[in-house]
Amino acid sequence: MATTPDARPDPDELLARIQHEQQQSPRGKLKIFLGYAAGVGKTYAMLEAAHQRKQEGVDVVVGYVETHGRVETEARLAGLEVVPRKQGVYRGIALTEMDVDAILSRKPQLVLVDELAHTNAPGSRHPRRFQDVEELTAAGIDIYTTLNIQHLESLNDVITQITGVTVRETIPDSLLDQVSEIELTDLPPDELLVRLQEGKVYVPEQAAKAIQNFFRKGNLTALRELTMRLAARRVDDQMRDYMKDKAIPGPWPAAERLLVGISPHPLGERLVRSTYRLADELKTEWLAVYVETPGHSRLSPELRERVARTLLLAEELGGRSLTLPGHSVPEALLKYASEHNVTKIILGKPLRPRWKEILMGSVVDDLVRMSGNIDVNIISVPGEGEPVQQDSAWQPHRPWNRYLWAIFLVLAATGTGALFQRTISPTNLVMVYLLAVVVAAGYLGRGSSILVSILSVLAFDFFFVPPFYTFAVSDTEYLLTFIGLLGVGLVISELTARVRDQAEAAQRREMETSMLYALSRDLSFAEGLEAIIQAVIDNVSQTFGREVVLFLPESIGKETLKMVKKPPDFYMDDNEIAVATWSFKFGQLAGRGTDTLPESTGRYIPLKTPRGVVGVLGVKPRGEGRHMTQEQRRLLETFSRQAALAIERAQLAEQAQEAQLLQATEKLQTALLNSISHDLRTPLVSITGALSSLSEGGLAMDARVHQDLVDTAREEADRMNRLVGNLLNMTRLEAGAMRVTKQPGDMQDAIGTALENYEETLQERMVSVNIEENIPLIPMDFVLVVQVLVNLIDNALKYSPPGSPVEIQARLADQEMRVNVDDRGIGIPEDDLERVFEKFYRIERPEKISGTGLGLSISKGIIEAHGGRIWAENRLGGGTSITFSLPLTDEREAEK
Amino acid sequence: MTTSNLRVLVVDDEKAIRRYLRVALSAQGITVMEASSGEEALRAVAVDHPDVVILDLGLPDMEGTEVTRRVREWTEVPIIILSVREQESEKIAALDAGADDYLTKPFGTGELMARVRAALRRSYRKDNEPIIEVKELKMDLERRMVMVADHEISLTPTEYDILRLLAQNLGKVLTHRQLLQNVWGYSSEEDLHMLRVNISNLRRKIEPDPTRPTFIQTEAGVGYRLRSDS
Repeated sequence: MATTPDARPDPDELLARIQHEQQQSPRGKLKIFLGYAAGVGKTYAMLEAAHQRKQEGVDVVVGYVETHGRVETEARLAGLEVVPRKQGVYRGIALTEMDVDAILSRKPQLVLVDELAHTNAPGSRHPRRFQDVEELTAAGIDIYTTLNIQHLESLNDVITQITGVTVRETIPDSLLDQVSEIELTDLPPDELLVRLQEGKVYVPEQAAKAIQNFFRKGNLTALRELTMRLAARRVDDQMRDYMKDKAIPGPWPAAERLLVGISPHPLGERLVRSTYRLADELKTEWLAVYVETPGHSRLSPELRERVARTLLLAEELGGRSLTLPGHSVPEALLKYASEHNVTKIILGKPLRPRWKEILMGSVVDDLVRMSGNIDVNIISVPGEGEPVQQDSAWQPHRPWNRYLWAIFLVLAATGTGALFQRTISPTNLVMVYLLAVVVAAGYLGRGSSILVSILSVLAFDFFFVPPFYTFAVSDTEYLLTFIGLLGVGLVISELTARVRDQAEAAQRREMETSMLYALSRDLSFAEGLEAIIQAVIDNVSQTFGREVVLFLPESIGKETLKMVKKPPDFYMDDNEIAVATWSFKFGQLAGRGTDTLPESTGRYIPLKTPRGVVGVLGVKPRGEGRHMTQEQRRLLETFSRQAALAIERAQLAEQAQEAQLLQATEKLQTALLNSISHDLRTPLVSITGALSSLSEGGLAMDARVHQDLVDTAREEADRMNRLVGNLLNMTRLEAGAMRVTKQPGDMQDAIGTALENYEETLQERMVSVNIEENIPLIPMDFVLVVQVLVNLIDNALKYSPPGSPVEIQARLADQEMRVNVDDRGIGIPEDDLERVFEKFYRIERPEKISGTGLGLSISKGIIEAHGGRIWAENRLGGGTSITFSLPLTDEREAEK
Repeated sequence: MTTSNLRVLVVDDEKAIRRYLRVALSAQGITVMEASSGEEALRAVAVDHPDVVILDLGLPDMEGTEVTRRVREWTEVPIIILSVREQESEKIAALDAGADDYLTKPFGTGELMARVRAALRRSYRKDNEPIIEVKELKMDLERRMVMVADHEISLTPTEYDILRLLAQNLGKVLTHRQLLQNVWGYSSEEDLHMLRVNISNLRRKIEPDPTRPTFIQTEAGVGYRLRSDS
């Protein structure tokens, strides 16, 4: 028969295969030996473990182990194969590094790599050793490595605080998530100190003094505690994951959201790390926000870069980062926080001297005062006494503040003028006022600078134009000065204001772009329609601070929509749905803020692609609605266009998959038909051949030959008969037309009847029947059960050698009747014990055995229709045993 | 029993099957008449008076069961029906309507002749012979004795009745219903249980190997038959 091992005709299996295209290649496992300080014995522990693995038969090599001349460590190294290091010369110094290529070509099962945080010599493939390790694990090699706690990125600043030593070589925390096991290498600090004295701890000479500070008992204890807590937290995480997997209810903390405000200050990084740790403990989302005030462009490149780095660090640690434009830091932060459900804002404690705070306002104070029901956490990050939140230096926050400042400027100008009154002519004093106007325009806004212009004219007139201290003007030429001063002032105000507006617009556009980028990035990563919908909803609701709902048509071509995703308590009445449907049908905006049905609560945007409308996006403001600005609406439309394309893409992908599946199914069906056609025709060949030989041979034929041909034809005819019967049964089973009428039946009778079919065969083969005493009659469809037995006996006879016995047993067990048919044939491969019951399944045999492989499948169908079970086992000593069970009573349950 | 000079009516709409039957039966010296529809069959039975009728169930104009019934209205001529596997209900209906036996297509000539002979035996055995013998089984109806290989077997009255009925219809199939009605006087679905139990006991008493009965043969889904030698 034409079946190959992997061309099994099962559409279900094929579908599963198509759905799981991504084959995950096995990554190597990474195990870290973690210690709280140098000298606790990590390398030694790693070597110990390696020896154990080697004894277990694992192929272990040493990639890079640094013994630092310690005798015990060197001794432990003995006996392990070492991959020679790569030699290199850099700037005249001979350096050795781990040879990654050599290890890859050696392809061991396990590699020892010491000092995960090590920085490689310049010219190496990767700048850091942990990147080398990543390459090795990607190639499927397991790694044992060592690491000190202070190399972890997120703990870096804490450790610097504890020890006073800043460690530069850090490992991103994300690496820890990929680690399969962390083994804590621990040593009581007292013992470590003893070892230090004995010279057994590696101390780089350059840092001798710092190391002395490092190895103080208090430090060591603190470090040790930190390390243990990290390990404990990992266990806790694993436990939580396990509990989540098994759906065990646990104390899941309420959903919070943290926002940390950052500035160009160097301590910003510490703030971010503190927030990361806090968020990690609370298991919440967090984000870092930088408010870009107009003063941002005035920051030096280093400061700007610092901001960028801090934001990047936040992303690396798993938070989101965001840049918001705004004039006032507290206002911008609070606006964002309230729109995006932030529950805690984290700021650094300000360390500006008090007088500065009084004069210029304190971000922290203002924020706290305006925070409403959002928590504000002030974290202390001691360091160089620079202010933590850097406002644009002279930007006061509150509007009336500005006017005060305007007045102050005029007074200052007047004061300055007064100083130089004697020496400089009044017309030149006007310059001072102009200066004030310009300052006001630049820092205080349009309103203030206009105020300054007017006040300047008045002040100038009052103080510097004779007659002094009156508003009268003696020389009418000064009128020109007044007009000039005022005019220039107004123009400058206007121009500056416009420039600022443009700057704001540019910032806003930039923010829009970055939000669009975030959306398109999420969309490109999303696989499948579900993920795409989730990405759209997440991004839109976060960007616009509104409730989002997505509608998709119920099925292709239909006009009625179904709500695909909505927030838990989103209320959608029929009117709203009608508006959405209208939007879908006509492909136009509808709802709030549009020309169509503007009284609705939500705004509905059709998701349009060149091929048509794929759905509708609805947004609804939270609580009391603020209308969206024009720019926001524009941005929302752009979002919706992206979403439309992504959704269309997903749908097309699904269609393509279905088409592929259909094609595959058709191919299978063709193969099936071919197989059946072959099976039906083959017996006919023998029959036709035999009969035509007989008719041509005539009476002259040898009697034996004659008989042979006749026997052959009969056998083949029987075979065909059986096959046709099987096919019919199969068809009936598939169509659900297999009706099982149960009546009390005698299993002994059934077995006997089944054996009737094999009267001739039984002359040559031994079939023993063993029926338990007094087994009762059980409800069964006698005819069908006989067929099952015929199938099983057929298989047993076919798949076992001619001299071997076949045994049939019937007995009671566990409230059911069990019947098994055993043979001493070749048996069934372990993996196939369940698959034998599939349609058309046949084990690959060297000699092609006849039969289409339907028998067991039909038997399964019949037995299961009785409410019983059927299974195959291999026998001790070789051969197969097929057992089926039937219930003792008819439960009258619904047939399957 | 000789079969020459027998006259058999073959009713089947398939020409190939009629041809085969003609060939097989003629080889035994039997005269074969043919009909290809129910109406033809009825006419042929009335006009030609065959000794045995072989009737296909799947006739184009009339159900085989219907033909059987109409024939039985006025003659007891033995009727053997030809059926396909899985047509149990039709088979039973025809048997209950008066057909004597059935053959499942495809069948061999040996089976065919065995059925024909069995059917004739019944029609000849109008006078109740007291002794019926099949291989080692011997029933003496007069003395109500059953012997297997000269050992007397004691049976319950019900078992005896069943065996007697089967023996009197030696070689012919008896449906469940026929057995129940004749032995118990009524038949209903639940009583099949009783029948099966009795058959099972009967087999245990008279069969040399109860798991492989040589006397009482199960006709799956239809009934039972006491096998004859030929």
